[in-house]
Amino acid sequence: MNNYLRKFYYGDIPEDKTGGEINNSSKNPPLGGRGADWPLWEVFIRSKQGLDHKHVGSLHAADAQMAVENARDVYTRRQEGVSIWVVESKHIHASNPEEAGELFEPAADKIYRYPTFYQLPDEVNQM
Amino acid sequence: MSNLIDYTLHLADNSLILGQRNAEWCGHGPVLEQDIAITNISLDLIGQARNYYQYAAQLINQLTNKPITGATEDSLAYLRTEREFKNCLLTELPNGDWAQTILRQYFFSQYQFLFLQYLQKSKDEQLSAIAAKSLKEVTYHLRWSREWVIRLGDGTEESHFRMIKAVDELWRYTGEMFIPVTYEIEAGIDFNNLKAVWQTKVEEVFDEASLPPPPGIGGSVFMQTGGKEGLHTEHLGFILTELQYMQRAYPGCEW
Repeated sequence: MNNYLRKFYYGDIPEDKTGGEINNSSKNPPLGGRGADWPLWEVFIRSKQGLDHKHVGSLHAADAQMAVENARDVYTRRQEGVSIWVVESKHIHASNPEEAGELFEPAADKIYRYPTFYQLPDEVNQM
Repeated sequence: MSNLIDYTLHLADNSLILGQRNAEWCGHGPVLEQDIAITNISLDLIGQARNYYQYAAQLINQLTNKPITGATEDSLAYLRTEREFKNCLLTELPNGDWAQTILRQYFFSQYQFLFLQYLQKSKDEQLSAIAAKSLKEVTYHLRWSREWVIRLGDGTEESHFRMIKAVDELWRYTGEMFIPVTYEIEAGIDFNNLKAVWQTKVEEVFDEASLPPPPGIGGSVFMQTGGKEGLHTEHLGFILTELQYMQRAYPGCEW
């Protein structure tokens, strides 16, 4: 345990005081390199009761609880939401952009799949 | 009346000075998300300070009968000198590292959380209303800072060591919060009870954070005092120099 002289600076925070650097003496740095080894989380916010949660962005956090709190601080500062979901980005499986052609283009000429294609009885509203 | 003014200014100064301190992290936080978290807390505290200053200004102007030329929230924040500030010493201490900032915030938020519940029951309607409004914010500050004390205390060798250093640095400034000065006596707050509950909560959190109990907890240990009566550490002057620079250099400037 090394005792170093504690010197305080006014205003600016020197790099070695920010707590964000990897210190080789610890096996498992909690803030390893400015959060670089914290997993990435995707954030979903429900803007008001009854609406769906919508994807709003992503952030870094060490665990789910921290992710919710970070999301609260980063994404709901201006009353954007009433509920937060977070999910680790690695759990999201995405379609491959290179396969967009075979996945999505075939739908382009299937106009009859739109409900507007059909004659609707007058009694049916809101389609 | 003058006790009520001093008391209100003391509450305002606590929030303003800690808010200003936390704001120094803006752009320097260990990660972007925490940078925003600490500066959000900073803004909450400055908002609380504004409420108290507005009320204090109103009281001062009633007393001096100068409703137009008298005190304003700005004159109270920007034009009082060091000896007129009544904040607790804890709030003016340097940020140190992240651990020290977190621990200072936890000690203060834990105090504020308990104190505001008393203030909410105050016979003074204005103070009671400010307390009710602030309590929601403070409940989150407490949750956030408590969580970080546990995370760092129970984290790695390095983070644990830094928390212990932070306790050494800050503990002797915590007692002042519970030693009432003249203007606090009328407020009817049971400071002994406040201190006992605060200490129990701190012990619980330290236990969960695998930190040794704070030195002399429950017993007697020397505590630094003076802030509430205008006798500050060397640090406050530097804070005010920066905080008040614009109004001192360009009196009455607006932006």
